[in-house]
Amino acid sequence: MKFSENWLRELVEIRADRATLARALTMAGLEVEELTPLGDGLDGVVVAEIVAAEKHPEADRLRVCKVDAGQGAPLTIVCGAPNARVGIKVPLATVGAVLPGGITIKAAKLRGVESFGMLCSAKELGLDADASGLLELPPDAPVGQPLAGYLGLPDASIELKLTPNRPDCLGLYGLAHDVAALFGSRVKTGEQGPAAVTSEARRGIRLEAGKDAPRYLGRIVEGIDPAARTPLWLAERLRRAGLRPISAVVDVTNYVMLELGQPLHAFDNDTLEGDVVVRHARSGETLKLLDGCEAKLDEGFVLVADEKKPLAVAGVMGGYDSRVTDATRNVFLESAHFAPAAIMGRARKLGLHTDASHRFERGVDPELPHRALERATELLLAIAGGRAGPVLVAENPADLPRPAPVPLRRARLKRVLGVDVADAEVVRIFTALGMRVEATADGWRITAPSSRFDIEREEDLIEEVARIFGYDNIPTATPAGALTLAIEPEARIGELALREQLAARDYYEAVNLSFVAADLLADWGFTERLVPLANPLSADLAIMRPSLLPGLIEALRHNRARQQERVRLFELARVFHQGASPREELAIPGRTSQQSGPPVETPSLAIVACGNARAEQWGELARALDFHDLKGDLDALIAWGGEPRRWSVHADGLPGWLHPGRGARIVRDGVTAGYLGALHPQLARVLDLGADVHVLELALEPLLARRLPQARAVPRFPAVRRDIAVDLPESVSWSQIEQTVRRTLGERLKELRLFDRYSGKGVEAGRKSLAMGLILQDASRTLTDDDADRCVREAIAALEQSCKAKLRG
Amino acid sequence: MDDLDSRAAQALAEIDKADTLEALDALRVGLLGKSGIVTAALKTLGALAPEERKLRGAEVNKVKERLSDALGARKASLEQAELDRRLASEKLDITLPGRDGARGGIHPITRALERIASIFARLGYQRADGPEIEDDWHNFEALNFPPHHPARAMHDTFYFGDGRLLRTHTSPVQIRSMAGRQPPIRIIAPGKVYRSDSDQTHSPMFHQIEGLLVDETSSFADLKGTLAEFIRAFFERDFEMRFRPSYFPFTEPSAEVDIRWDAEDGSTRWLEVLGCGMVHPNVLKNCGIDPERYTGFAFGLGVERFAMLRYGVTDLRAFFENDLRFLKQFA
Repeated sequence: MKFSENWLRELVEIRADRATLARALTMAGLEVEELTPLGDGLDGVVVAEIVAAEKHPEADRLRVCKVDAGQGAPLTIVCGAPNARVGIKVPLATVGAVLPGGITIKAAKLRGVESFGMLCSAKELGLDADASGLLELPPDAPVGQPLAGYLGLPDASIELKLTPNRPDCLGLYGLAHDVAALFGSRVKTGEQGPAAVTSEARRGIRLEAGKDAPRYLGRIVEGIDPAARTPLWLAERLRRAGLRPISAVVDVTNYVMLELGQPLHAFDNDTLEGDVVVRHARSGETLKLLDGCEAKLDEGFVLVADEKKPLAVAGVMGGYDSRVTDATRNVFLESAHFAPAAIMGRARKLGLHTDASHRFERGVDPELPHRALERATELLLAIAGGRAGPVLVAENPADLPRPAPVPLRRARLKRVLGVDVADAEVVRIFTALGMRVEATADGWRITAPSSRFDIEREEDLIEEVARIFGYDNIPTATPAGALTLAIEPEARIGELALREQLAARDYYEAVNLSFVAADLLADWGFTERLVPLANPLSADLAIMRPSLLPGLIEALRHNRARQQERVRLFELARVFHQGASPREELAIPGRTSQQSGPPVETPSLAIVACGNARAEQWGELARALDFHDLKGDLDALIAWGGEPRRWSVHADGLPGWLHPGRGARIVRDGVTAGYLGALHPQLARVLDLGADVHVLELALEPLLARRLPQARAVPRFPAVRRDIAVDLPESVSWSQIEQTVRRTLGERLKELRLFDRYSGKGVEAGRKSLAMGLILQDASRTLTDDDADRCVREAIAALEQSCKAKLRG
Repeated sequence: MDDLDSRAAQALAEIDKADTLEALDALRVGLLGKSGIVTAALKTLGALAPEERKLRGAEVNKVKERLSDALGARKASLEQAELDRRLASEKLDITLPGRDGARGGIHPITRALERIASIFARLGYQRADGPEIEDDWHNFEALNFPPHHPARAMHDTFYFGDGRLLRTHTSPVQIRSMAGRQPPIRIIAPGKVYRSDSDQTHSPMFHQIEGLLVDETSSFADLKGTLAEFIRAFFERDFEMRFRPSYFPFTEPSAEVDIRWDAEDGSTRWLEVLGCGMVHPNVLKNCGIDPERYTGFAFGLGVERFAMLRYGVTDLRAFFENDLRFLKQFA
C-alpha cells in the first residue's frame, strides 16, 4: 500500500513530523517499507510555457526555446527533450535553482547559444522515474507559479508492507483510523452525500452466487465526456500512490479504491445486454480479460455476466470486450462485496495478482459499496460530466458478514501480555479504533467495525491492545514455568560431535541444496524411487537427492576447478526415496517404509576425497589417497561406537557408481548401511573428474549408535606375543584369515595384528606374504612358551588347510 | 708405601688427562681392578704384623678412596662433556611444521546453528525434529493457515505430485512436538526449510530454528525477556532491540524483532532478525492442549542471517557454493 503523506494528513490530524509518523506506523504493525520525500529542492522551479521552439543551428537534437516564465520577456532555453514544443506548460528550473539531484542551474552557453535555465523531466525533479521527456503540466497551469506550490509539494510517497490481516488499511480512511488511535486524534469523516440523480437509466441485477457475492451495487452514468482530463491533484495522488493516470473513468475508480479501500469496476454500458447476473462460472467457460489474456474458468470462480456473456471475473479483473475505451460515453459502475473465500487464490490460479483481488481476498468492508459508489459518481460527474442514474442495489443481507461482539477478560489480557493495562487505556484504544465497547463483570465486550476482518476472538483483541499500547511498553521478564530436564541418550553419538570428529580428520563440512538435476542422477544410475518436485525452480533443481554424493562430487569439482588438488569434504543431511520397499534398503532404525506412505527421509553422512593422502608436507614421500585411507576414517568412526564386531564390509552387491574391485558394501548387524570405495572410472570420466576420487555414504543412525560401556576386570595374567609370516594366494582376504585364526584359537586370541603385507620379488606370482602378530592371553593363568608355541602351530595348520597358506622361514 | 704414594700421584695426573670414558675405564682397571696397584697393595697386608697391618691398611684405603673419587669426578665431567656434545649436535629446526597437523572445519551454518541451539539448551529447551517433506496439515492448516489464505502466498511452496510439500518453515515441528504431549514444553527445532525463491538474497533451501515454550504462566513479557537474553548471549554484546507488531497465523500477538546494527560506515540501522509471538489458541487446540489453562510463545529465526551477521558474510550464496577458500575461514 503506497500513498501520499499529504493525502493522509488531509484525512486525519497528525501532530507529528514525517519521521515520527513513519516510526509510529512501523511500531503499530504497519511497517513503512519505503519513504520517498517528494518535491524537496524545488526552490526556483516554476511553471513555464514554451512560446517558441526552433532547431539549434549547431545541433540536430537540441532546440532553442523561448519560454514564458511570467517574468516579462521570454527566456531563451536550450533543450534536448523530444517533446519540447510550442504551447506546452512545463517545469522550468531558473538560474540559481539547485535540483534534487544536486545540479545547480547556471546561465550557460550550449553550442554557442546562451541558455538561462533548464526545462525538466519528472525524474530530474525527483518526482517520478519518468525521464522520457519534459513533465507536461495541464494547460491551465498558471505560468510563473512556483511548481512546488502548484503540485502540492513537498510531500512524501510512503509505502507500507501490510500484513494479510489488515486489509482495512488498504484504503486511506482505514489507515486514518489506526493513525487516529496512535496519535489520539480523530478521523475527519467527510459526509458522503448522494449524487443528484438526473437520469432514469437502470439495469436489473441478479445475485446467483449465494454467500460468495452477497451485495452488488451498480449505477449507470450517461453522457460523460470521453476526452475529459483527470485533474492534476487527482493524477498526482494516484502517481504518488504508484498508479499511472490512465483516463478519467479509470482514474476515478482507482482513486476511490485508494481512498476508501473499495475496488470498483467500470463497464462500457453500451456493451451490456440485459440484466447483470452475478453467478458462478461454468466449467470450461472462458473470458478475454483486460490484459488481453484468455481466462479459463471453472465453478470455483464468481463471474459478473449479463444475460448473454461473461463480463468480468468477480473481484479479480474485468473483461476486455466490456472495458471502458476512449469512446465510452455511458458507463456502468460496479461497487460490490465479494466474500474473501470466493476470491482467495482465484487470481493466483489465473496467474494474476490485481489491486482488486489483493483487497477482496483479504476482506473489504461490506458496508463500503454504497459510499464508494456515491463518491465515485461525485468525482466522475465533476470531471467528466454526465447524468447519474439511480443506485441499483441487489443484496442478501443474511449472507453479509456481521461483526459479532467478542469478550475480553481483564485477567486474560494481563496473563497473555504480562503487564497491567489500565482499564481507561483499554477503552480508549478500542474506541479510537472505531470499536464499540461494553463493560462486563470481568472485562469488556468489543464489537469491531465491519471493516475489520481480523477480530474474531479474544486474542485478536489482546493484540490490538498490545499494538496500540506499544510493544515497547511491555516489560521484559524471565519465564518462571516448570522445567523438565532434557535427557540426552548416552548410547548415541551427537551429530555435532561427529562433525567435529570429521573436521579433526581433515575434512571440511559442505552444505548442498537438497535438490539435484535428473540428468546428473541418471549419470550416477539413480533412477528408481526418486522423489521429484512438482514445481521445481529449474531442471537442475528438480529431484530430491536420493544420495548426498552427486551434489558433494559437484562441490569437489567446483574446488578442483579452482586450483584445489586435494579436496576432502563431508556432508550430513537427509536423502529421499519413495516409500516402496527396495531390494537394498538402507538401515533406518525405528522407521519402516510403507507402500504408500510418505517418502522416506534418511539422515546420512557422505564423504568425498581426492588428492594426496596427506596435506603436502616435508617429512614423508607423498602418496595418493586410496581405499584404505578412507576405510581408516570409517574404522575410526566405527570404533567410536564401541562395537566394531557388529560391522563388516562386503565386496558383493555394489552400486554401479563404485569401482567393482575397489568398493565395499558396509553392513551393520546384517543390514546394508552404506557404501565405500573408489568412484567407477567410467562415471569419473562422464563427470570429467581428473583424479581418483574416493567416496563414502552411510546412513547416519547406525553410525551414531554407541555402546554404553559395561566395565569388566582388567586381565590378571600377562599376554604373550608370537609373530608369524605366511605366504598365501592373493585371493584370500584378510577377513578370511582373521576368521580362521580366531575360530581356531578362540578366547585365547586377544588380538591379531597385521604388520606387514608384501608381494613381488621373492614371493610367487599371484601370492602375497603377510606378517602378523598373535596376542595371546588366558584369563586363568600365565601362558607358558609351550602354550604359545602350540597356538602358533594350530593357527598355521588352520591357515594351511583353509587358506592355502605356506609358512615362511 | 712410598711406591704406592708415588704411583697414586702419577695415577691422579693420568686420570685428569684421560679424555675419553674408555681411557678412564682402562685407568680404573689398572688402579682398582683385580690386578690393579691398589689391590696388589692390599694383598701385601697379610704379610705384615697386626699393628703395622692396621696402619698400612688405613693408608691403602685412603689412597683407594682418593683414586676412586678422582675417577668418579672425572667420569662425571667426561659424561657431561659427552652430553653437551650430543645436545649440541641434536639441534632441530623447531619451526618446521609439525606432522599431520592439517584440520578441516565445520560449516558456518552448522556453527551458528549449534551455537543458537546450545544457548537454548542451557535454558532447558529440548531439541526436536520433523520431516522435511511435510503435509499440508502440519505446514499450514494446523498452524491456522486456512486453504488459499493470502498468508500462504508469503510462503512460496515447493509441492510434490501427491500434494505433499517441502516444509516452508520449521513451525510444523511445533505441531509434531505438541501432539500427544502436555506442557510444560520447551523445544528448539533446527532444520532445513524450502521456498521456491532464488536470487541474491534468497536461497531455495535455507535453515531455520524454531523455539516453542508452553506452560501455565508464560506471557509476552517472558517472550521479550527470553529473546533479549538470547540475542545478548549469541552476539556477546548488548543491542538496542525493538519488537514490532506483525502477523503470523499461528501466533497472536505476533512480533518481528529488530536489532540496532552498526554498519561498516559507522551508521546504524534496524535489522530484522526474527519473528515471534504468543502461540495462537487454535494451534494449541489443534494439538490437544487446553488454551485456557496453558499459554505459550514461539519464535523462528533464519540461521543464515545470524551466521552472516556474526561472521561478516555478505553473500548468502557463498554458504552453498562449498568453496574451500570460503570454508577454510571458519575452521
